[in-house]
Amino acid sequence: MRPMVQREGAPPLSETIPEISTSVWKHNHILDLDDFTREEIELIFVITDGMKEILSREIKRAPTLRGKTVVTIFFEPSTRTRASFELAARALTADVLNITASTSSIVKGESLLDTLRTIQALGADVLVMRHSQSGAPYLAARQVNMSVVNAGDGAHAHPSQALLDMYTMRSRLGHLEGRKVVIIGDILHSRVARSNIWGLSTMGAEVVVCGPPTLLPLYMNEDRAGGQLPRVTVESNADKAVEGADVVMALRLQLERQEKGLLPAVREYVRYYQITQERLARAKPGALVMHPGPVNEGIEVSPEVSHGANSVIEEQVTNGVAVRMALLYLLAGGKKH
Amino acid sequence: MSNNPILITGGRLIDPAQKLDKKMDLLLKDGHVFWLGEEGKAPSLPEAPTILTARGKVVCPGFIDLHCHLREPGFEEKETIATGTRAGARGGFTTLCCMPNTNPPLDSRAVVDYVIQKARSEGVIRVLPIGCISQGRRGEGLAEMGELAEAGVVGYSDDGAPVSNARLMRHALEYSRGWKLPVISHCEEISLTEGGQMNEGAVATRLGLKGMPAEAEECMAARDIALARLTGGRLHLAHISSAGSVELVRRAKEKGISVTAEVTPHHLTLTEEKVMGYDTNAKVNPPLRTRTDIAALLQGLREGVIDAIATDHAPHAAVDKMCEFGLAAFGISGLETALGSLMTLVNQGELELGLVIARLTSGPAGVLGGIPMKSGLGTLKVGSPADVTIFDPKGEWLVSEASLISKGKNTPLLGTKLKGKVIATIFGGRVVYKEGAP
Repeated sequence: MRPMVQREGAPPLSETIPEISTSVWKHNHILDLDDFTREEIELIFVITDGMKEILSREIKRAPTLRGKTVVTIFFEPSTRTRASFELAARALTADVLNITASTSSIVKGESLLDTLRTIQALGADVLVMRHSQSGAPYLAARQVNMSVVNAGDGAHAHPSQALLDMYTMRSRLGHLEGRKVVIIGDILHSRVARSNIWGLSTMGAEVVVCGPPTLLPLYMNEDRAGGQLPRVTVESNADKAVEGADVVMALRLQLERQEKGLLPAVREYVRYYQITQERLARAKPGALVMHPGPVNEGIEVSPEVSHGANSVIEEQVTNGVAVRMALLYLLAGGKKH
Repeated sequence: MSNNPILITGGRLIDPAQKLDKKMDLLLKDGHVFWLGEEGKAPSLPEAPTILTARGKVVCPGFIDLHCHLREPGFEEKETIATGTRAGARGGFTTLCCMPNTNPPLDSRAVVDYVIQKARSEGVIRVLPIGCISQGRRGEGLAEMGELAEAGVVGYSDDGAPVSNARLMRHALEYSRGWKLPVISHCEEISLTEGGQMNEGAVATRLGLKGMPAEAEECMAARDIALARLTGGRLHLAHISSAGSVELVRRAKEKGISVTAEVTPHHLTLTEEKVMGYDTNAKVNPPLRTRTDIAALLQGLREGVIDAIATDHAPHAAVDKMCEFGLAAFGISGLETALGSLMTLVNQGELELGLVIARLTSGPAGVLGGIPMKSGLGTLKVGSPADVTIFDPKGEWLVSEASLISKGKNTPLLGTKLKGKVIATIFGGRVVYKEGAP
């Protein structure tokens, strides 16, 4: 369980990015992007650049979080997010403990709190948590004395995913200001969409959400949003939505949506919302195609687009580790702790 | 009753049923109102009365709550008749109508007898049980409404669950006519609220919580009003929460349909934004809605479209709320904060004090009708039961877990200062709550 001992020769982070001040950073937890400033997000990007440099070394490790313990607890299945956080923590020489909680153990009562208090008693510094219930990380942040990172909660938020999405856009497009980002799919149930909406809006991008009308919330339009959500354009026609886009992001379609009557048929979804070459041709030349994964092959994105020149889907995964290193560093690597 | 007479002197007496609002003294004797009149003019009695000075305070009929959950039998960890009636007395209530969603539910004479017996032996104020509409609250066959009436229920409801089957609701409205008791509808079209956690809207969208649209309440309210028109049955709509429901009741009353309605203090004062931060104490069904809904509910109260204010006091144990939002129980503990919440609206100029008292006294008495009405509940007319509330409209207090008598500490008002504090509650001529008394 314990990571390898820090080897000679890997310089600490401060030698890599010596002149970065983290004074704009105000967060003890990362629960949602709705309260992040532009400066904080920029800071994450700059630190991520430094982390990428570490990851490019032969020995991909820095001693920044030596002696710190990062616990991941996932109440929902996940492959990439969990692996990504674990690699990130190990690359910073933190001790990592992974706890898998089966979904069936989520029962009413204090069970979540009991689990969290146990983890706290074990001496964790950072808790990375995924849960099927929206808001569960808020309960954790209120009740325990650890930094909590939300690794996805219900349909609410997935901040590290949105940050790695934005980081990927920034590294390809240079900046986010004024860029048109179209998110296509099941917006209603998507925590990835919500976190991207907050982050991208804060960074000055123009966001368009698109999907079948039953999977678009009725309350994202400015007239019904009541100031609760950033301004986005809601468009149910995918051809119109992608017009002139810099980025086209497809979301994973949960196939049980059809069973619940939200979709007449997956076939019809593919026909109207799949990102195909023809649809992509309406976007800007060289527009990026993204997907938070895992992809349902042949449903959200056509195979030729998914593996084509515009796709940065694998790059998203790679950047995920560096972004999560930056987040762990900001939470546990500073002088506060 | 062999209690000493009580003379309440120097207070501002408000009794909407008699259109009274002036400085008057009130003399209680043998469990009834004996005399009321000009200050210092009370008739002398052979035994000297206990004197309660109420200068600067309001003296009014004891409040009647049409809708609360006393949880007994079956959920004594959340509340008991002993604790719930004491919480009620603290809130200025002298009559509580308790909902039948207990375990076992109040769908048989035996359970109703049990509640009445418990209330007599352990309660401190009047408890009027509400019986089930359907056997076991399952929404399939009618409960034995006649025998329940004989046992002493004052209305019928499957509260907590709607009667989804329209035919069953029709029969309930028809059958209950024989006993002249209201059928109390929890309006919720469950195919629209399944999995819902809060009001459907922008806040739910932001928080990623499944919403419960106001339309889910409104379509069943519309259905039940249509059935009341068809059957001539007495329909009472529990805890209406949306502007659309107010409009439905308004139109139904204009057409002379026999419908009444209640609203809770929390739906009059709090919005969906209280859920921000995932406060499970703000999780309630029907959910807290919007400012627009509040405005319509207030207007409905002023016009008399809404007859009564009822607490829907729904106490829960800490463990029911200290968990993930989606797993937390619905409900707000409300008996003790009702008056303070409503006084906020009075202080903001939204409601007249007299109107608030009317909707807590004569209003609910009218909804009950029948025996409770005839026996003089909700008024201080001479000969009425000596149920009196004395409160300080300016008295401030901080809502905290420790400050609540109810076992249910589940209120989104924890940490809030309320203005409006009950000083004493008298039930049947006996002081059952006194501020500061142990």
